[in-house]
Amino acid sequence: MMTVFSGYVIEKRLVPSSTSFVIVPLVSIILALLVGAVFLVLSGHNFWEVYKVMFAGAFGSIYGITETIVKAIPLTITGLGVALAFRMQLWNIGGEGQLYMGAFAATWVALNFSDAEEWWVLPLMITLGMLAGGLWALVPAIPRAIWGVNEIITTLMLNYVAIFWVDYLVYGPWKDPNGYNFPLTAPFSPAAILPVLGHSRIHAGLFFGLFIALLFYIIIYHTRWGYEIRVCGESPDAARYAGININKNILLVMFVSGAVCGLAGMAEVSGIAHRLQHGLSTGYGYTAIIIAWLSRLHPFVIIVVAFLFGALQVGGYIVQTSGIPSSMVAMLQGLLLFFVLGGELLTNYRIARKTPAYSSGDDAS
Amino acid sequence: MNQDILVAILATAITAGTPILFAALGEILAERAGVLNLGVEGMMLVGAVCGFICALQTANPWAGMFLAMLAGGLLALIHAFLTVTMKANQVVSGLALTMFGTGLSGYLGKSYVGTALPVPFENYTVPVLGNIPLLGPVFFQHDPMVYISYLLVPALWFLIFRTKAGLHMRAVGENPAAADSVGVNVFLTRYIYVIAGGMLTGIGGAYLSLNYVPSWMENMTAGRGWIAVALVIFATWNPVHALWGSYLFGGIDALGFRLQTLNVLVSPYFLKMLPYLLTIAVLILVTRRNMVNRIGSPRALGLPYDREER
Repeated sequence: MMTVFSGYVIEKRLVPSSTSFVIVPLVSIILALLVGAVFLVLSGHNFWEVYKVMFAGAFGSIYGITETIVKAIPLTITGLGVALAFRMQLWNIGGEGQLYMGAFAATWVALNFSDAEEWWVLPLMITLGMLAGGLWALVPAIPRAIWGVNEIITTLMLNYVAIFWVDYLVYGPWKDPNGYNFPLTAPFSPAAILPVLGHSRIHAGLFFGLFIALLFYIIIYHTRWGYEIRVCGESPDAARYAGININKNILLVMFVSGAVCGLAGMAEVSGIAHRLQHGLSTGYGYTAIIIAWLSRLHPFVIIVVAFLFGALQVGGYIVQTSGIPSSMVAMLQGLLLFFVLGGELLTNYRIARKTPAYSSGDDAS
Repeated sequence: MNQDILVAILATAITAGTPILFAALGEILAERAGVLNLGVEGMMLVGAVCGFICALQTANPWAGMFLAMLAGGLLALIHAFLTVTMKANQVVSGLALTMFGTGLSGYLGKSYVGTALPVPFENYTVPVLGNIPLLGPVFFQHDPMVYISYLLVPALWFLIFRTKAGLHMRAVGENPAAADSVGVNVFLTRYIYVIAGGMLTGIGGAYLSLNYVPSWMENMTAGRGWIAVALVIFATWNPVHALWGSYLFGGIDALGFRLQTLNVLVSPYFLKMLPYLLTIAVLILVTRRNMVNRIGSPRALGLPYDREER
């Protein structure tokens, strides 16, 4: 028990507060925007104008809303991917690299079968993209399972390796000879491009996200495997006692987590860029970590939060024209996570009036 | 001729390793007190940009170094507040710190990208030691920050392993309940070392922008903060091991850079992968070695301390 003000103490709640599940994120958004406003004002901007333009850019027009959804697609998919690993307390920080490897494998299919106007090109891109992302996630998962090697560092290091690998390809052997020396591959043939909705840029990747969210919801809450994942995450000792094979689950969960992030990469090259290029992802794999945590790892909530973060990215892109650095979005995202983390205390603890029965010598702290 | 190249590479290994060394020493302090801080990368970046801007404005690299130290400490304070007082998840709080720091440094440094620093640190040759053949040019013809790092390593070793304060720090990291019961203030101890660690990390970042490069670029740390986190495990939480570990990574950095200029047949993108691949390989080897030798992380690392649950 800690004394905050005289007469009040912070004490642990027996049951986490359910109202704060909703209130904490909302208040966190407001506080993050307020602190962001301080930085904007200090650098000589009118924060109200900036936020207004951002909001209007993301939600004020049909085009804005479709672009927000376009950004929300990779955020949803990678968010779902890393959230599955987080369920098991596996810190997959490598979503970014797995996305790039998925994009790489999908591009390999598109470039090698560019003459094939066949139905199987897209399914093959999906399969190989997921396989590449999954295998890339297995690289850190295997030493984690066998020797307990810290997966936070290894997954993160592999992001750099994957990005340099794609850079090597688009600056070197895969560079489009007709691309005026830009770091990108030749454009994909129509058979390698995901169908879009109407005249917007919203592509079939949207359904990948919705489908995986539904699939993960069923797996996590309604299957034996999902139960095992949750037990491994919440109490490894209990899992071991119950005879759950933790190592097998580490490998399996990391593979699926990476495969889903790889699918996001496939969707980006096939649905948006229509080629592999330098800087394909604007840090989706990192933003995914924040989205997963804000959503408390719940698949359906991830879709909603990813939509909001898509709006933030679109808004941040719009205000770049008025001289606001794009890094403001990353700053706001970090701030948001700070406030949500701080708010978790309010979910699990409460401030209560000190009752005489409770006031023992412990209060001296 | 060949010897000159070797000496040049080794001397560069020292300067390339110095920012990682400062960051790793900072992280050792925090982790010894039981707090995992994955915000190293973010704190380095903010240190780098604050140090650069301040040095540019004041025309004094020392002022830049000082501000970088404050900035690093301030960011670490956020982490300490969230993880020690608010008992938040240390992994997620550290990641948040890295993202916030990356964004903040990009925001602050936007208009300084590409500006050259007119006042970098000057190199001084240490009397006598600097004239030893081979060793002199490698170790003793550097800028003052390198010499400060030389002194910091034994000083921190002494603090951690030979003083009462160090004993308390380690006790708080290994068994906070026991430390608490003998009157050590667990919360205060953790605050102190997390903030001190952040200060050293901020200096490490500023060393990049004030000396190693010296200019500001977005994301200029390029994962060095994470390499420092890996290095702490490699160093088994001991400052002395962190010293030569840092120079090993600095050496790979320097070698990769040197090979690029020599026009070797390997693509520069593969050379750039080297430090990251090396980090993974070393981490695997070291984790296995630590397992065999039964060396583990501080036992309370990553766990919030709650007096009611002791």
